[in-house]
Amino acid sequence: MAAEVKLTFKDFKSDQEVRWCAGCGDHAILNSVQKAMAEMGIPKEKFAVIAGIGCSSRFPYYMNTYGFHTIHGRGAAIASGVKVANPDLSVWVVNGDGDGLAIGGNHFIHLNRRNIDLNLLLFNNEIYGLTKGQYSPTTKEGTKTKSSPFGTIEQPFNPGELVLGAQGNYFARSIDVNMKLTQEILIDAEQHKGTSIVEILQNCVIFSDGVHGFYTDKENKLNRQIVLRHGEKMIFGKDNDKGLILDGLKLKIVTVGENGITEDDILTHDAHEESPFLHWMLISMKGPDFPIALGVIRSVNATVYEQKLNAQIVDVKAKSSIKNVNDLLHSGSIWEV
Amino acid sequence: MTDKIDKVIELDHVVIRFSGDSGDGMQLTGTLFSDTSAYMGSGIATFPDYPAEIRAPQGTVGGVSGFQVHFGYDIHTPGDYADVLVAMNPAALKANAKWTKQGGSIIIDHDAFTAKNLEKAGYKTDNAIEEDNLGGFNIISAPISSMTQETLKDTGMDNKTILRSKNMFALGMCYYLFDRELTFTEKFFESKFKKVPAVIEANKKVLKAGFNYGYNVQELTPYKVAAAEIVNGTYRNINGNTATAWGLVAAAEKANLPLFCGSYPITPATDILHELSYLKNLGVKTFQAEDEIAGISSAIGASFAGNLAVTTTSGPGLALKSEAIGLAVITELPLVIVDVQRGGPSTGLPTKTEQSDLLQALYGRNGESPIAVIAASTPSNCFHYAFEAGKIALEHMTPVVLLTDGFLANGTQPWKIPSMDNYPEIKAPIVKEGTENYMPYLRNEDNLVREWAIPGMPGYEHRIGGLEKMDKTGAVSYVPENHQIMTDLREKKIALIANEIPDLEIIGKDNGDLLVIGWGGTYGHLLTAVHDMQLAGKSVSFAHFNYIKPLPLNTRDVLKKFKKIVIAELNNGQFASYLRSVFPEFKYQQYNKVMGLPFTCIELMDNFNKLLEEK
Repeated sequence: MAAEVKLTFKDFKSDQEVRWCAGCGDHAILNSVQKAMAEMGIPKEKFAVIAGIGCSSRFPYYMNTYGFHTIHGRGAAIASGVKVANPDLSVWVVNGDGDGLAIGGNHFIHLNRRNIDLNLLLFNNEIYGLTKGQYSPTTKEGTKTKSSPFGTIEQPFNPGELVLGAQGNYFARSIDVNMKLTQEILIDAEQHKGTSIVEILQNCVIFSDGVHGFYTDKENKLNRQIVLRHGEKMIFGKDNDKGLILDGLKLKIVTVGENGITEDDILTHDAHEESPFLHWMLISMKGPDFPIALGVIRSVNATVYEQKLNAQIVDVKAKSSIKNVNDLLHSGSIWEV
Repeated sequence: MTDKIDKVIELDHVVIRFSGDSGDGMQLTGTLFSDTSAYMGSGIATFPDYPAEIRAPQGTVGGVSGFQVHFGYDIHTPGDYADVLVAMNPAALKANAKWTKQGGSIIIDHDAFTAKNLEKAGYKTDNAIEEDNLGGFNIISAPISSMTQETLKDTGMDNKTILRSKNMFALGMCYYLFDRELTFTEKFFESKFKKVPAVIEANKKVLKAGFNYGYNVQELTPYKVAAAEIVNGTYRNINGNTATAWGLVAAAEKANLPLFCGSYPITPATDILHELSYLKNLGVKTFQAEDEIAGISSAIGASFAGNLAVTTTSGPGLALKSEAIGLAVITELPLVIVDVQRGGPSTGLPTKTEQSDLLQALYGRNGESPIAVIAASTPSNCFHYAFEAGKIALEHMTPVVLLTDGFLANGTQPWKIPSMDNYPEIKAPIVKEGTENYMPYLRNEDNLVREWAIPGMPGYEHRIGGLEKMDKTGAVSYVPENHQIMTDLREKKIALIANEIPDLEIIGKDNGDLLVIGWGGTYGHLLTAVHDMQLAGKSVSFAHFNYIKPLPLNTRDVLKKFKKIVIAELNNGQFASYLRSVFPEFKYQQYNKVMGLPFTCIELMDNFNKLLEEK
């Protein structure tokens, strides 16, 4: 449709020096985003990258697109305004777990509820980095941080569960180090019409180093991660022989070839299923009993907010005799003197 | 003093106050009366006064809803005290008798003055008139409810529905009393109840029955009220909130930009959101946000994306928006913030009027955070100042707070409809195609305004944000000297708006004993008070501010020619302290009131006369 746009990831690099700590997971995510955007076929000027406040929120400064580094927690609300005002733009929100789920939690759930067609990247490192190490809404209970020296006493959010609870239609999960998967998801998120939430498990080398280490551990990662792809069997493991089945109302790990289990018994991933229940179980899986689910877990089509708004405008315009402000001023009860 | 032999009482202007239970339809009754009066050539001003509760306990003083109409010749306020009070129940009488002129007329619904209702209203005896010492008033005790029932008894309507029309009986009586035509109201019934002809007929019947009742009873002496001197033109009635909404749409049209409103419901500002959400025919996008912060945040996003963006609120909402306003300050994005002020602090008096958000608008943010602040002063000029707010925001790339208040928002007046041909084009400084080496903070040397590149425009990709920006390039900068430069530039940019706003006008001589100063919604009361004093030969003039930050360039010249200056405002002296900080060389006296009510002209004149007498 649109004219061919040939861009490379270099076109998306700004002239600003990237100031994240050496070894920070954000570097890998930035590269993934730049590479993915180069492949989207969208002209550079149509990207608007919006962030709140936090380490991850410096993101827009490093992107050679239109960018807006806003205020704490408000990235999603500001991006909503950008997209509603100009639906032609490809709008990206970069949030941390504190920014997006604590101070910005209200905007996060309402964004999902409205289904505005934008993409929100939630960098989840389970810590407040920029303020130097306080627990966040995703910090595991009991974790000792600077503001919880004796361990947190709060239950953490699972971001995907929040998305489902807010009637969200799209949720995907990746890990900073898996750049290929991240790119694949980002391209899918852009193509999905509606609010796309992409959680990226991100490592903070300073304040929560190794927080996702259980899943990224080189030796065991294949047994501790399952990458879900729509239409494919939920199979994982070093030997590609582990699979997920439903056992009553719960998920269960089985081994193909054992106890009469064949590949046919393994669940097939249906990201387009409207009912959120299986998606919920997949999103909630965690170690050590289960692998963590990565990939596009939920991707359901629904009419987007700005389409509905524009449809109303078109409809009302067609029916109204008021075409400009002069008409408006002279509408209703008026009289001549 | 009314002499029963007189056939007609002639007056320049009359105040009538409709009051009843909040479910009695008094707001509609008052609106219909004022619409008819305006249509017949009267000047009018109205003041609705209603409780915050949607259904306050029935029959109690707390649940009384009132609507005051002032009409006649040269009208600038809804009037201090009523010539005629309509009280549909004992609570309405209890609440409003004190707002009626001595010797004025009070029309009561005789049928509503039952023992139970009297008790609910707090009367100790069965004679409210005697108990409240209302012997000096002309009391017209009319069987309004039962006459309404009688009029509609053959319609087959149930009693509850029938009694809902009793306000139209009272309205009919007032139409007789003030020689008003019924046609304008009858037409209203016809369009409002298009789908239920029975209701049209019932209302018409009751209205007419009330009119005839007025004609037939002896106690009612009709009034002849002077018409206004009205400039020829096309007129409509308008309230402040509608005028504000329309002014914003007008600014968007003249700027050739889409209008986006991100708002959260809050009394008394919500009607602006209602009105804008209705105007999809003009392409207006409204976004009812999840909270006040998302309201302004979405607006800032829309502004970044190239729309004329507005957010509408009242004092508590403005407080929640402060951090985001700061973001619009440092990113130098155009944004209109409408604050319809109400009584504060905290939730305060949501349905009452006050001017106590001025300092919040001027200073209520972290950091050195200057913005433009302007204020409307009549219900209809909310249109003009909303337009101005949009114009200043777009042409100077800045947030602008437009202050109105509950009194302006809900008050109505006839408005000579302006032609949009007479409004200027608004020229936002959108970067011109072909500009090379675009830098987001490169400024126009004359007014220090930066150029605006909008996402979607190829070649001007750039980043802005809440961190301090390097002069010109807009890169993040922590350089101490640069912070000083940018702080000074932001302040100066706002100050330079003064070159484009009109001079402060003096009403009266440009020198004398006393200068009365006001701002915002108190204009009508101050004008009327000063005008009456001038007619009495007093050396008093009046200057009213619509432009608050920056102030008009001639402000000092106006102030210096008077022996005394008094600043009258509905707060504890916020504009006074602002003027003291800008022009410390003058001595300012204050007249303040914080009761959730407008001034009365009488109290203003009393106070100003005292000031004139003091040595």
